[in-house]
Amino acid sequence: MGQPAVVVDDLWKRFRIFHERNAYLKAAVLRGRRARFEEFWALRGVSLEVQHGEVVGIIGENGSGKSTLLKCLSRILRPERGRVEVNGRLSALLELGAGFHPELSGRENVFLNAAILGVPRKEIERRFDEIVAFAGLEQFIDMPVKNYSSGMYVRLGFAVAINVDPEVMIIDEVLAVGDASFQRKCMDKFAQLRESGRTLVIVTHDLGSVRSLCDRAYWLRYGVLEDQGSPDEVSSHYAEQALGSAEAGVNEARWGSGELRISQVELLDGRGQPFSSVRTGDDITVRITYEARVPIETPVFGVTLVHASGVAVASPTTRDVGLVPPLVHGGGALEVTFPAVPLLPGPYELSVAATDFTLHHEYDHRSHVARFDVTPGDAGDERGLITLRPTWKLR
Amino acid sequence: MSLTETLSNRELLWNLTLRELRTRYRRSVLGWAWSMINPLATMVIFTIVFSQVFRAPEPIGEPSGLEAFPLYLLCGLLPWNFFSVSVGASMGAMAANAGLVKKVWFPREVLVVSTTLSLVVSLGIELGVLSVALIIAGNMVIPWLLPLAAVVALLVVFTIGMALIFSALNVFYRDVGYLWTVLAQAWFYLTPIVYPIEIVPEWLRRIVSAQPMGGFVVAFHNILYDLRWPSAGRWVHLVVCAGVALALGQWVFARMSPRFAEEL
Repeated sequence: MGQPAVVVDDLWKRFRIFHERNAYLKAAVLRGRRARFEEFWALRGVSLEVQHGEVVGIIGENGSGKSTLLKCLSRILRPERGRVEVNGRLSALLELGAGFHPELSGRENVFLNAAILGVPRKEIERRFDEIVAFAGLEQFIDMPVKNYSSGMYVRLGFAVAINVDPEVMIIDEVLAVGDASFQRKCMDKFAQLRESGRTLVIVTHDLGSVRSLCDRAYWLRYGVLEDQGSPDEVSSHYAEQALGSAEAGVNEARWGSGELRISQVELLDGRGQPFSSVRTGDDITVRITYEARVPIETPVFGVTLVHASGVAVASPTTRDVGLVPPLVHGGGALEVTFPAVPLLPGPYELSVAATDFTLHHEYDHRSHVARFDVTPGDAGDERGLITLRPTWKLR
Repeated sequence: MSLTETLSNRELLWNLTLRELRTRYRRSVLGWAWSMINPLATMVIFTIVFSQVFRAPEPIGEPSGLEAFPLYLLCGLLPWNFFSVSVGASMGAMAANAGLVKKVWFPREVLVVSTTLSLVVSLGIELGVLSVALIIAGNMVIPWLLPLAAVVALLVVFTIGMALIFSALNVFYRDVGYLWTVLAQAWFYLTPIVYPIEIVPEWLRRIVSAQPMGGFVVAFHNILYDLRWPSAGRWVHLVVCAGVALALGQWVFARMSPRFAEEL
């Protein structure tokens, strides 16, 4: 091993925000300096290390400094202070199809793009067919790229970038490109790169890919490293914080016409006790208390279980099972029970809504009204969102 | 040094130059003919204005004896156009490739050098056509192509240096682009392109002949129109101009280019 692949030591990066965004010579001449500006520190003392063969994820909200960090790593930006050291050939995948010229053919652009990414021509000639096949553009490769669809364009860019064959690869949120089948191809390629011992640094919002792909994760917040460690730990801390701000009223939202109002939402465990965390395999009951100020015909109630990453796990309604009272007026309550929840450990939240029978008119919608944690329980598996309670057999 | 880095990126340089060349006249019917039509049109206009309207004396080649205002004009106009278009296009190349500069690292000098090199190709074609015209007019320029190549090489170095300075400054101060338009116009008339240097009053002649582009154009006239070697002093002059411009250009560019991604 010896040297780490990437060393970042006490990195500080400042941006200047100009009040008059005209870097006019006038300012330099008249005031003896350039236009007035405000300083903004995008990175404040970030240090990290990536070993050879490691796959490291960097997560954080928009504006947390992730992209600035990647740009400092790839030499695009020069930090004000601190040191960046990359040992090995680096390829930064910050944009797909960098330098593509619309008037040139796909073939010409492949060579151009590869040259910009620093790949020797011989290598690209050797891999050319592979690249075109990966992008699935065999019939279109001699057509000017201005005639490509945006999907084709991105696919070709990705195919070149991924075939650059670098020792250290930096990827910025470009995981989610193209259609589902191409995405799967990309994920396979990442896994393949990972297996071949390539060093990857990935910046992403997608906690799922951090968990499934990365060996280690860093969480960047307001330009400072907030947390680092195993992808599971870091991504749950991150998700908790995201939910924490929801509790503080950032994410919580309520809307609706108001003839019927959901006055209370309670989370109860198997013994009817309130809880804030359950184990995989426990029962969960949601009790909804409502108040109908006017007579309401055929109201429908629904709950949505949302994983912290934003994925809705389930969204059942009373209409699904035909439990629709002909008329409600005044106060009332109802309960929905999820027996032996197959949810895997992680933070979840709950949205509750009351609508008319068509589901289109909402009386009251309380988004992110409650949250709870799922801790490890009876399931053996731990990756993904839910357990399907697998039974394995050797044959 | 950054120029060595540029040279080590020969493949990128080649690819970007090729991109310029391939796309320059795409979607135009006449294509590369435009490379010649432009200077020819200028030649016709200036010939009418200066030799017919103002009745400027027809310059006489010494010792060639050639007496043809249009050819004299082209001998100076072609290198001048190359120079001024290169500097302008290099400034434009920075803005045009802003997306690239923000997203990919490569030596930024490559953008300037590739733009200039792609224009060298145009200059080569134009000089080729001019040489044929000169031969038809009785100037046997073929033995003079070697010194011509040397002067062109020095001009390219000088141009790259100036283009580096202007394109780097233009990223930070957009006024530089407008300033260049004015400057280029004044510079054009300070260079003996539309008039023979002999008709310039003594005091002004020194300036005209000592400023770099004046020096280059005089050398082009010497070689192509007069068919004689530029003086030894002239060679020294051109080498110094090219060397100083390149060194200064590199220095300015190296100081400013690390912040291009933020400023563009």
